[in-house]
Amino acid sequence: MGVKVGVLALQGDVAEHIAAFREALADRSGSSVAAVRRAEDLAGLDALAIPGGESTTISRLIGKNGLYEPLSEFEGGVFATCAGMVLISDRVDDPRVRPLSRIPMHVARNAFGRQVDSREAMLEVAGLAEPFRAIFIRAPVATDVGPGVEVLARIPEGIVAVRSGRHMAFAFHPELGGDLRLHRMFLEGLGV
Amino acid sequence: MKLEELRFGTELIKRGFASMQKGGVIMDVVNAEQAELAEEAGAVAVMALERVPADIRAAGGVARMADPQKIVEIIDAVSIPVMGKARIGHFVEAQILEALGVDMVDESEVLTPADEQFHIDKAGFGVPFVCGARNLGEALRRINEGAAMIRTKGEAGTGNVVEAVRHMRAIMGGIRALKGLSSQELVDCARDIEAPVELVIECAQRGRLPVVNFSAGGIATPADAALMMQLGADGVFVGSGIFKSTNPEATARAIVEAVNHYDDAKVIAEVSKGLGDAMKGLDVHLLREDEVLQTRGR
Repeated sequence: MGVKVGVLALQGDVAEHIAAFREALADRSGSSVAAVRRAEDLAGLDALAIPGGESTTISRLIGKNGLYEPLSEFEGGVFATCAGMVLISDRVDDPRVRPLSRIPMHVARNAFGRQVDSREAMLEVAGLAEPFRAIFIRAPVATDVGPGVEVLARIPEGIVAVRSGRHMAFAFHPELGGDLRLHRMFLEGLGV
Repeated sequence: MKLEELRFGTELIKRGFASMQKGGVIMDVVNAEQAELAEEAGAVAVMALERVPADIRAAGGVARMADPQKIVEIIDAVSIPVMGKARIGHFVEAQILEALGVDMVDESEVLTPADEQFHIDKAGFGVPFVCGARNLGEALRRINEGAAMIRTKGEAGTGNVVEAVRHMRAIMGGIRALKGLSSQELVDCARDIEAPVELVIECAQRGRLPVVNFSAGGIATPADAALMMQLGADGVFVGSGIFKSTNPEATARAIVEAVNHYDDAKVIAEVSKGLGDAMKGLDVHLLREDEVLQTRGR
């Protein structure tokens, strides 16, 4: 059966998320990947990706576009990267971001410093046989997670990959770099 | 995590940083107070400057990198990325900006060029660069030097969008014109536009530039910003347009929303109401040759 994925298209690397999910779903007929800009675009979706971008900007646009309630109540799985990880949490170290409270965890923004401190690293991720080339760009980290949240990867700065029910969140960018193993892990977890 | 596998400043990281700015508005600011206003209004990044381009024009003389003290004040004031401008070819100003912790360097024609033959060798830096371009050849030469982001030059500090439109049409049209060309014809085209043939082939295959392409130079209203988005920009830089308007806060918010809803005229109409006067603006045809900024660095 096909999987219907939406990508929150308010700001950030939306096109990269759409391209990555299209590739990951290329062999599943009846699947679709589309941009989500309004509440009605969420209807019938099995999953939603929240992209990287500026979490303060995206949070503001979520409010302005009347998307806060619909996103808090969205029933499918959420695949969140970087700014998405900040938005999907329930506690953020910055009052300008209003988190969607989908995964109980505390997230710190820009935990690595300036852009020159952004990095690529080979990362051990629970559930993957081989390390994953993780691309951290002004990335956040989770500093603690609530009950029921599985930590998939951790580095000295903090927690950088988690799973909670059908939701997954990453401090890095699996949508860049062409390795789709984490997309496949997420899609399998949806149980569609 | 294997520490020996850590890599900084790779092409993927630099271009990835630029991708995270897409769909956003990058605002020129000259102090911490303006930077906070920009962040509050929903800017994805700020450009830290000594003066906005309209004031650089008015002041005349040699325009250089901003005072590091000013840049640090702005970095400390906001959580969004901070960019800084270096003169074309002035790689030491770029080294200083990188050392200050600026997140992206704009090698900018708005400042007085320091080198009339060479641009900065950007590939050697850990910090990503954005560069201006007027056409496909300029854009690809800058990407070949290591630029992670392109912005159309427009004509900065005029509040007149006509040059930004001209340059965006030239770049998008230049890419469309590659469609259907044979490999022999692409080599010929690369020679014509003085660009590396591999980059011309990549544009032909992808139907777009290999990096993010923003618009800059003359955007003064929400409608201007939406116009550039509809013409194919991935996002916009707004320089003098915000803090030279009568109501900077409302103008900043309105431009952010117009970029977000660039294809929805009802929303753009709504956010454009009652903003007061936009910056006065200049007729680019009345500029003397030495007042034109876009011809600097080709």
